[in-house]
Amino acid sequence: MSRINSPAELEAFRKGILSKRDPNKPCITLCSGSACHATGSGEVALSLEAELEKQGLSDQIEIRKTGCHGYCERGPITIIRPEDISYFQVQPEDVPEIISETVKGKKVIDRLLYTDPETKENIVKESEIPFYKHQERLVFGSNGSIDPKSIDDYLAIGGYAALQKALYDMSPEGVLEEVKKSNLRGRGGGGFPTGRKWEGSRNDPEPIKYVIVNADEGDPGAYMDRSLLEGNPHSVLEGLTLGAYAIGSHEGYIYVRQEYPLAVENVLLAIKTAEEYGFLGKNILGSGFDFKVIVHQGAGAFVCGESTALMTALEGRVGEPRPKYIRSNIKGLWEKPSVLNNVETWANVPLIINKGADWFTQYGTEGSKGTKIFSLVGKIVNTGLVEVPMGMPLRDIIFKIGGGIPGGKAFKAVQTGGPSGGCIPEELLDLQVGFDELAQAGSMMGSGGMIVLDEDTCMVDVARYFIAFLTDESCGKCAPCREGLRQMLKILTRITEGKGKEDDIATLKDLAETAKEAALCALGKTAPNPFLSTLRFFEDEYEAHIKDKRCPALSCKALIAYHIDPAKCKACMICARKCPADAIDGGKNKIHMIDQDKCTKCGTCYEVCPPRFGAVRKISGEPVPDPIPEEERSIRKGKKK
Amino acid sequence: MDNDRIDQIIDKHQAEPSSLIQVMLEIQSENNWLPKTTLDRVSERLDVPLARILHIATFYKAFSLVPKGRHGVHICVGTACHVRGASRILDTVEGEIGIKPGETDLDLKFSLEVVNCLGCCALGPVLEIDGKTHGKMTPGETVEVLKNYE
Repeated sequence: MSRINSPAELEAFRKGILSKRDPNKPCITLCSGSACHATGSGEVALSLEAELEKQGLSDQIEIRKTGCHGYCERGPITIIRPEDISYFQVQPEDVPEIISETVKGKKVIDRLLYTDPETKENIVKESEIPFYKHQERLVFGSNGSIDPKSIDDYLAIGGYAALQKALYDMSPEGVLEEVKKSNLRGRGGGGFPTGRKWEGSRNDPEPIKYVIVNADEGDPGAYMDRSLLEGNPHSVLEGLTLGAYAIGSHEGYIYVRQEYPLAVENVLLAIKTAEEYGFLGKNILGSGFDFKVIVHQGAGAFVCGESTALMTALEGRVGEPRPKYIRSNIKGLWEKPSVLNNVETWANVPLIINKGADWFTQYGTEGSKGTKIFSLVGKIVNTGLVEVPMGMPLRDIIFKIGGGIPGGKAFKAVQTGGPSGGCIPEELLDLQVGFDELAQAGSMMGSGGMIVLDEDTCMVDVARYFIAFLTDESCGKCAPCREGLRQMLKILTRITEGKGKEDDIATLKDLAETAKEAALCALGKTAPNPFLSTLRFFEDEYEAHIKDKRCPALSCKALIAYHIDPAKCKACMICARKCPADAIDGGKNKIHMIDQDKCTKCGTCYEVCPPRFGAVRKISGEPVPDPIPEEERSIRKGKKK
Repeated sequence: MDNDRIDQIIDKHQAEPSSLIQVMLEIQSENNWLPKTTLDRVSERLDVPLARILHIATFYKAFSLVPKGRHGVHICVGTACHVRGASRILDTVEGEIGIKPGETDLDLKFSLEVVNCLGCCALGPVLEIDGKTHGKMTPGETVEVLKNYE
């Protein structure tokens, strides 16, 4: 491949790719993102290849391994084009049938389709499924149709057109103005206006400047950046190059977690091919603009997602944050002006340059423009990545797209913003998602994690969980975070163990206030949020733990016991056999009993007891009933003797 | 790991002191742990004090200063897995193999780690052994899965 040296060459090349592609040629796309991989898409791919080979169809039918489609609940996802027939939870044994029936025979296989849980109707097209219907997939949409390892696929959907436009039709100031006008705000956590950040760096007289992609996505339960980087790496590279052009930088870094091997692989390949094609390197597209990108793998530290800590890590040192008397867009990496944005923010930039700020601002609310990708996980029917316009009510995201809570349980709260965020209760579900709206509710947008909690989730335990996470991830540089969080964790753990004291809440509030005011970086300053927001909306649960030694959600291990109701037990032996601790005494026709001393409270008996019996129950805040006398434990033919 | 191989890795990064973490990551992934003699060599070649290397080795989660077991057991304790009962899986694994997260058993059979999100939240709670994902785990199934590893 020789480098593309002008807009005319790029257009000719793009036309060449498109002319070689027959839109009517059958193509099987298979989601090969990390989540689908875990459900076996690798085996499905092998089986597809083998079957096409066997039937001699390898030349006539294309297999395209795409990035994440977002509907991880139903993976692996296969789409048969050009008809756009979408099959879910495809297994290797389904492959011969898919090829003979659907690809060759043009017949739809009903059992592999999505069935609407309400209407019970099968849905053929992906876009008509409720999960997708209410989304606005501007940034994430291409993931499902392109092979991330193929730069030609990206060019075929108009890739690098924004770069060409910027380099030839726009000045760097023009690119900056467009981004400023779009009101794009950082998708990584803080929500700082991207254009303003860029402007600060651009105006600095220092000649050497850097642009950086923050792909150190560390919030537990959030994986949208990984999916973008895995599924559409060129969109991130194109955005980064546009940013470099706007601020006058010639060197960029991608800081990506080494725990994301596929993202690392795909982005390295994307850089290599982009250099070969002339989208990176010296004299990009013949415009005279030079820009190179270096990948730095993160070695696993949550705090490195913080901008200054990330820059310190890039310098090859321990990733501790620095005080921000001077912002990093003025003095960042190696003390040079450095613009750092997260993956999703960069991926928005080509869209804004291509289609204009006016197009972008039609989506969203007053303060938050565009769309946001959320990672909808936890106690939710449709786990996955969803992209919605800013301003969509939380209720619509959780119930219309997410399909509500599984198992007929009641919704309790949704946790947004990762460990620094907060919990939003049911009464605020009509809240529109946006940076300012979530902050007013005591939570935050963060990177877009959305963890749904149901009635079985203990809110004190959620607070303890996040504080434990942050205590572990605190770099230890400043005392309010290092010592304060440790004390908070101690107290919260004590409360969940039923050893809470009357003044614990006051002490926790004190510690929270100190960390908020005095911690060095955002990790410490926001660390008390999980506690403060759960206290704000669920104080009664704290009270129950401290005063009544009771866990209302029946979740805290130290405060609950499992008990088999002798009136309901049918002596079926299932729980006794499954108990990993051998704590269940009983036999055929003999009512089972749990030995409370042996019981490890793993909950297996509770889960395996057939729902029609429902004999195992959890109790909290009351004593376990005494065992019934031995002679009353015998049952015959379902009746007590 | 012999000095030639260490030098190869270092030369790949032009012996730049700022590439220290990248060099250590490559050694870790090839050798599975960072022996003292190896770090001495890195210190000498990159001209970085050993103390700083050890600071990094203990700060980041990817590094280990002790040999690892044959099988790497990773339990996801991300929020989605946590609310779906990851702590029960962790308790079960700890009970079965007798070690805590961050530890390796005496036979060097298992090394246990907890991780914060494996990105397959639809499958939570998730247990990963040697890169293979086991989803929707229960304590009972966990015991069964562990039996498959020698």
